[in-house]
Amino acid sequence: MSHVIEMIGIRKEFPGIVANDDITLQVEEGEIHAILGENGAGKSTLMSILFGLYHADRGVIKVRGKEVHINSPNDAFDLGIGMVHQHFQLVHNFTVAENIILGKEGGFVYDIKSASKKIKEISDRYGLSIDPDMIIEEITVGMQQRVEILKMLYRDADILIFDEPTAVLTPQEIDELMQIMRNLAKEGKSIILITHKLDEIKAVAERCTIIRRGKLIDVVDVKSTSAEKMAALMVGRPVNFKVDKKEAHPTGVVLDIRNLNVMNNKNVLGVKDFSLSIEGGEIVGIAGVDGNGQSELVEAISGLRKVESGSIFFKGKDITHSSIEDRNEMGLGHIPEDRQKRGLILSAPLSTNFVIKEFYKEPYSKNGILNSEAIEEYGQRIIDKFDVRSGEGIHSLAGKLSGGNQQKAIIGREIEADPELLIAVQPTRGLDVGAIEFIHNEIVKERDRGKAVLLVSFELDEIFNLSDRIAVMNAGRLIDIVNTKDTDEHAVGLMMAGIKKEERSEV
Amino acid sequence: MKSKVINKPLEARKASPLLVSLSAVFLGIIAGAILIALIGKNPIAGFDRILFGALSNVRRIGNTLGMSTQLILIGLSVAFAFKTGLFNIGASGQMLMGGITGSILAFYLPLGMPRPIYLLIIIVASALVGALWGFISGFLKAKFNVHEVVSTIMLNWTAYWLVYDWIQRFIVDPTIVVKSKPIETVHTLRADWLTDLTKFSTLNYGFFLAIIACIVIWFILDKTNLGFRLKAVGSNRFCAEYAGIKVNRSIMISMAVAGALAGLAGLTYYCGYSNIMEMGKMPNEGFDGIAVALLGNCSPVGVFFSAVFFGILKMGRGSLAATGIPTEIADTIIATIIYFTATNVILANFWNGIFKRNFEKKEEAISLALESEGRSVDIQSLSKDERKALIKKGMPMLKEKKAEEKEAK
Repeated sequence: MSHVIEMIGIRKEFPGIVANDDITLQVEEGEIHAILGENGAGKSTLMSILFGLYHADRGVIKVRGKEVHINSPNDAFDLGIGMVHQHFQLVHNFTVAENIILGKEGGFVYDIKSASKKIKEISDRYGLSIDPDMIIEEITVGMQQRVEILKMLYRDADILIFDEPTAVLTPQEIDELMQIMRNLAKEGKSIILITHKLDEIKAVAERCTIIRRGKLIDVVDVKSTSAEKMAALMVGRPVNFKVDKKEAHPTGVVLDIRNLNVMNNKNVLGVKDFSLSIEGGEIVGIAGVDGNGQSELVEAISGLRKVESGSIFFKGKDITHSSIEDRNEMGLGHIPEDRQKRGLILSAPLSTNFVIKEFYKEPYSKNGILNSEAIEEYGQRIIDKFDVRSGEGIHSLAGKLSGGNQQKAIIGREIEADPELLIAVQPTRGLDVGAIEFIHNEIVKERDRGKAVLLVSFELDEIFNLSDRIAVMNAGRLIDIVNTKDTDEHAVGLMMAGIKKEERSEV
Repeated sequence: MKSKVINKPLEARKASPLLVSLSAVFLGIIAGAILIALIGKNPIAGFDRILFGALSNVRRIGNTLGMSTQLILIGLSVAFAFKTGLFNIGASGQMLMGGITGSILAFYLPLGMPRPIYLLIIIVASALVGALWGFISGFLKAKFNVHEVVSTIMLNWTAYWLVYDWIQRFIVDPTIVVKSKPIETVHTLRADWLTDLTKFSTLNYGFFLAIIACIVIWFILDKTNLGFRLKAVGSNRFCAEYAGIKVNRSIMISMAVAGALAGLAGLTYYCGYSNIMEMGKMPNEGFDGIAVALLGNCSPVGVFFSAVFFGILKMGRGSLAATGIPTEIADTIIATIIYFTATNVILANFWNGIFKRNFEKKEEAISLALESEGRSVDIQSLSKDERKALIKKGMPMLKEKKAEEKEAK
């Protein structure tokens, strides 16, 4: 069997952390090879080395059996290695074709026509269904990703690296991507898939290299290895996919939303006549496809967005027009949807981020003067309790943490503040099974302590796993509220598409 | 107050902002030296002249500090705005407004009033008017999303023409109609004891005002809730908003504080360093302050030293002419330093590379020494003294090894 890529004994250190410790990766020609590991395990570092973004401290890279030195992405391109990044690198007001030939225009006058033709050919060959004349900002995220793939193929890459490709996709788009990857492999392309989602690996990959904390753990054959086994190898202990939780004991209404109307960014109603109440000691999950008013609803409750009409009562008090500060003071905790935009100050140390809502309260501050000792102690407590891993502890800048640890930091902050109502939006997006298990348990613990939890998630698994009741949203409206134990994914899926129970029975 | 450091692993040093700034200064001076040499003059003599002009006697030192005073305050104003996420390019206008406030009060307050009270009034008044001028920009940004760069530039010219008009209207010198009347010395920030001490230099109470301002701003930024809020808004306003911090209020406060500092600079400049205001002159100091803030890494201490450094160059340039070197050389040095400060990433990378190589060499020496002793321990667990001893022992071995490798090649 010939190895198209061989990385042997790779070591890479960053200040305070060994990201890759003697890792070996062998990819065969025409295979889909998955790299599985927790957040911060060193998958992305390894791929960045292969792609020439980092330089390995030690180790050898061989491409098609020949030892190579990859010093920049351009070297990687020349070797036929292409990478589809998590964050797309596209110019939004350019067309697909313009984006693809960007940097490869050739002479002074570029020939967009023949480029378009070639793009169309490639697109048809691999079933990408991309029209070269479409403008990037007008196409869906899934299509943008396919443009990235096209870009690689246009440049004759035959080794494709996918870095967490499904993080931004809807379930349907994920299925399409999986099919595309199979097509690519069938045509002889070799694919490296970096992910921490086991079902994706199960769906497409042939072999899987498992990395934990910078070390190579095992290379397994995907077909003959169970998901549980792979998860255990990745995390280092058996993982529980189902959350153990007891019967809920509701303790009275904490949040009461009545006939709420909220505008969205396009200045039309994003939330329409929405009513819902949540009691202490229960988790209410909001199910719905992304963009059906969940963000607007959460922003209205947390005070980030103006309410058009209707009212919100929190612990019996009308907070419809209260300031965010007042809501926080009353005990509203919020794990925001976008952790890097809203959740953290990336350029500030963790200690600052942990007290971002409470810095003005005792003991962190007295008479307007900060008490850095108390702030640091508090930060250390959160780090210990929620196992937030970073190079320099509380002094680490939030931006230097891996995504999973950033999320743990936010969740630690919100839970440690002991809220009466915890709003958790996509609390486990982009996280690995180990972290998901941890976060799910923390959320259930909050419920068991009598707190109200509002969970917003686009992943039905998560909704079903955690919620005591499920509220389904479609086009800004509440379709129905059901008890989790009285329903199933199929029924909720139909409601997510806007079909109510009564309507269904009529059909 | 000692913070707990938690098992921070050993690693190569990182270039500090101080080292980067000093490197920029060094490169700026080298560039100046090359230019002087290119026009056929002796660079050493040139720098000697600059230092002579700025520091050779108490009067010159006094003048240099007098010049530095407004640079400190303006630098602080720009730095404070930077730290809170705003670009205050309107320090010139805020300075003019503070200056005209002090100048008009100097003529309209009775000469006989107790000096401490008088000084307090003009200090507070010019700071307030400067704050108002800054606040307008903050208000426009908070309420109407007008970018502060646009509004501060606009307000620079508004201040320029207001001052033009007010000098004419209230305090014009009837004999030379383009200037204000000179202010009586007791109504400036000049102090007899300072004047005597520095043999009639421009040094005045403003210098102490600037030092106090540095301390106060450092305290606000690093130690207070207010500073926490302002910095949070400056680093990520979305996160600050989410955390319940009132973003719009913070922006207005930031600009007002920046304006107050620039207003004070105007007071020290027009009613201390000098005692007249000219009509139709936009003070350069407003823009120099940006350079001061950048070189000082926007920290109050850094601003103080970089302002004094620029003060030396500005005062020393006059003496350059005597040697036949154009005084523009001093400006060129300043410009070069700003250039290198702006490209600080390159300088930081340069130093980090050196530190890293050095660190790796030491690690290698340690492992060689350990090997020779037949020990195998984790390098991270060694104590400082042990490391030192091992490095000393390992270095010759490393050299030998390197030499052997060379020969082998």
